[in-house]
Amino acid sequence: MTDTVPRTVGTRELNRLVVRFAGDSGDGMQLTGDRFTSASALFGNDLATLPEFPAEIRAPQGTLAGVSAFQVQVSDHNITTPGDAPSVLVAMNPAALRKELAHLEMGGTVIVNQDAFVERNLTKAGYDSDPLEDGSLDNYTLFKVPMTTITKEVCKDLGVKPRDAERSKNFFALGLLSWLYSRPAQPTLDWISAKFKRQQLIADANTAAFKAGMAFGDTAELFDFTYEVKPAALAPGTYTNVNGNTALSWGLVAASQQAKVPLFLGSYPITPASDILHELSQRKNFGVRTLQAEDEIAAVCAALGASFGGHLGITTTSGPGIALKGETIGLAVSLELPLLVINIQRGGPSTGLPTKTESADLMQAMYGRHGESPVPIVAAYSPSQCFFAAIEAARIALKYRTPVILLSDGYLANGSEPWLLPDVSTLPDLTVEFATAPNHTEDDGTEVYWPYLRDPETMARPWAVPGTPGLTHRIGGIEKEDGTGNINYEADNHGYMVKLRERRVAHIANDIPLTMLDGDVDDADLLVLGWGSTWGAITSAVMRARAEGRKVAHAHVTHLNPLPRDLGDIVRRYPKVLVPEMNLGQFCRIIRAEFLVDAQSVAKVEGVPFTAAELHSHINGVLDD
Amino acid sequence: MTDAPATTKADWTSDQEVRWCPGCGDYSILTAVQMLMPDLGVRREDTVFVSGIGCAARFPYYMNTYGMHGIHGRAPALATGLAMARPELHVWVVGGDGDMLSIGGNHLLHALRRNVNLNILLFNNQIYGLTKGQYSPTSEIGKVTKSTPAGSIDEPFNPVSVAIGAEASFVARTHDMDRQHMMDMFRRAHDFPGASFVEVFQNCNVFNDGAFGAITKKDKRASMLIPLEHGKPIRFGENDEKGVRINPQGSAEVVNVADVGESALLVHDETRQDPSLAFALSRLAAGPFEPTPIGVYRAVERSEYAGEASKQLAMAQEQSGPGDLEALLHSRPTWEVS
Repeated sequence: MTDTVPRTVGTRELNRLVVRFAGDSGDGMQLTGDRFTSASALFGNDLATLPEFPAEIRAPQGTLAGVSAFQVQVSDHNITTPGDAPSVLVAMNPAALRKELAHLEMGGTVIVNQDAFVERNLTKAGYDSDPLEDGSLDNYTLFKVPMTTITKEVCKDLGVKPRDAERSKNFFALGLLSWLYSRPAQPTLDWISAKFKRQQLIADANTAAFKAGMAFGDTAELFDFTYEVKPAALAPGTYTNVNGNTALSWGLVAASQQAKVPLFLGSYPITPASDILHELSQRKNFGVRTLQAEDEIAAVCAALGASFGGHLGITTTSGPGIALKGETIGLAVSLELPLLVINIQRGGPSTGLPTKTESADLMQAMYGRHGESPVPIVAAYSPSQCFFAAIEAARIALKYRTPVILLSDGYLANGSEPWLLPDVSTLPDLTVEFATAPNHTEDDGTEVYWPYLRDPETMARPWAVPGTPGLTHRIGGIEKEDGTGNINYEADNHGYMVKLRERRVAHIANDIPLTMLDGDVDDADLLVLGWGSTWGAITSAVMRARAEGRKVAHAHVTHLNPLPRDLGDIVRRYPKVLVPEMNLGQFCRIIRAEFLVDAQSVAKVEGVPFTAAELHSHINGVLDD
Repeated sequence: MTDAPATTKADWTSDQEVRWCPGCGDYSILTAVQMLMPDLGVRREDTVFVSGIGCAARFPYYMNTYGMHGIHGRAPALATGLAMARPELHVWVVGGDGDMLSIGGNHLLHALRRNVNLNILLFNNQIYGLTKGQYSPTSEIGKVTKSTPAGSIDEPFNPVSVAIGAEASFVARTHDMDRQHMMDMFRRAHDFPGASFVEVFQNCNVFNDGAFGAITKKDKRASMLIPLEHGKPIRFGENDEKGVRINPQGSAEVVNVADVGESALLVHDETRQDPSLAFALSRLAAGPFEPTPIGVYRAVERSEYAGEASKQLAMAQEQSGPGDLEALLHSRPTWEVS
């Protein structure tokens, strides 16, 4: 490293900071963003993240298609979104600059890896002239940093291969950003040595690059100030930074523990759900069994088979997988066995946008099976809340002996936020009672077991698992007689069973929380009604509108079937109802059909979440209308 | 054997009226299974029959055990989950040729490959019965059915070849006209620790009557069925005058023992690791009109899937202790806010 006299640089305080890291798929931008996030979390900021990456593992290098980005908002106060527009863009190559610049706020800071701005890369990105020189960035604060050159320079005596040295440039960028925004260095240094403990040279290179980035900021006289975002005043307690898929996986483990029923996961790899399979396959000491099945159908069938055997059968997938599982979910409706079907939604139809977010599978969850086949639906609304959503979905499945669909999406799955860890002793008791004895006496006095004799309160049938003496019975997907479970094709019986299955799900409304309602509950002129991952953006947008003196309430629905029992009153209470969704108005249609209110849809189906600014402007638009 | 209480066939028979067509081969298979069960020394409550859809798939309703009648083709997948969750159970899978080789072919392949401890009985009648007479993936080329008025142009599957190709550890074949042979094969399937596959030639007297008559009728059996017996030269015929040898090209062929001498005959070894001889035997007959081997083609023990999965769980608990939820939630970097 060069010897220089440390400068004295002033520090300015920011309330919040939105950084977007962008580079080639192979540049390690997700990792860089993740490390910046983790250091910020440990520092005590509130934060929210938005990773965005292409479906291709390695798209052609240097092209727009290969750009991978990670946006994070860190703040000294409570936030619910990864920020509308970044104030800082780190662009590791021309393609990243070209693709991501439009996101940046006007006057924002652009930090580029100058070494990557050579003719070949400029051409690949579609630039006719070098944007670093042609004045097209005059409205931004531009910092040109030769990241590759310096990284190679500091690595040259370490014995690292030149290729590996160059690959450490993302840690240089991270070091520079860590210096510029006063992020603590130690968590990153610790992480490097732990992660690469078996590859000492790589660890050395990444450490050297990271330190060089920090030193560069300090010495290069490019930067006049460093910035600081103070820790946020969050509720007291122990926090960890968690993304939705991890929180959801842990919720499933918790549900299994609370129910004292072993967890069985049948799953087939699919983006963006695979990380749940990865996480749960590491939880074998919790008695968790995982099967990577031959296909989506086998995955859900194995889960249902395990449920028949007395386990909590779970299958995880995304929309295309749900399409394949439909027939088995119908079987579970008929068998009346617990089954958890988890859909981490992504852009569709067909393969659609595998790595991008969308919430357009609500109607599929409601009606995506043949026949009258009602299924309870629970939707998660923030990354950490996925933990509780998973427990709630499992609670309903176990208590009411029914398949339950849990909806999350790509944004929740990969986005992270600080999570105030719950006291596990406060988690609900989900203890299940299995059938152990006959439940019916025949006219001749014989004690028998009737598989469809229901609990009068829950309408759930008993769960008698193989291995239990005296309760042998057969179940199947053919229409059956209530009580005995015997095959029955009679007209009256089918009519009765169809209505019974509908009632079974509908009456769960008595056992779910009331609608989450916030804002100007008493006198709002507008109700913003959401479900799922729009929660963060709606919360922020409603806050902004109310800060301007608008009267707005926010209702957020976590149970989509059955709906909370107070929802009808709520949607009728306010003059206007606005329903933002990452689909073309599916929930809005349900609300209009169920409650005959003139709810208006705000749709965004672009593979990216709503920004708070977009929703704020919709709110004002509707109120001014 | 075990401490299971003594039972009779009646104990294993459910109270449900059997609804197959009169004269269906399924009746004799059901009887063979119900007669065998008391001899297996297992408890009814530890026994589960799982099926998909089709005539054969009604089987579980008639067994006084636990049972699940699932959806078309998926029985091996349903049973895989059950067997993994509850490795101590005796899980039987019953299905037809359409169920297990057409719509559910994938699941059959993977259940066999994984070697899940399932007893898989494939009732092959070479026709779709429940949908009233379309050709199946085992129907012969040229078969005229409702959906193939000009004759089928599909090359049929040979179920035993498919199973051997799918890495099956236990593969056997029997037929519905020989109760004792069926019982022997089903018992072997039950005793085998892993996925056991048994093809049962089964007559559909309504839509494909007599499909196997040329080899299974009483007066044809001696000359047309080739009994496979472990450790013995493969011989058959009214007077044991015929045998099977492997020719220099590596194919199995029927020979006159008088022509080649007994020492030239293939000595059947069901435990042979290399499946190529078992496969060659499965190719001996092009269909149920040529001499066809029955019996156990292959019985080669290897790691059983559910047991291996359970071992991994036990090992994880030994290494990390039983799961601690509190510790899991704190397993990543945490920080305190006061």
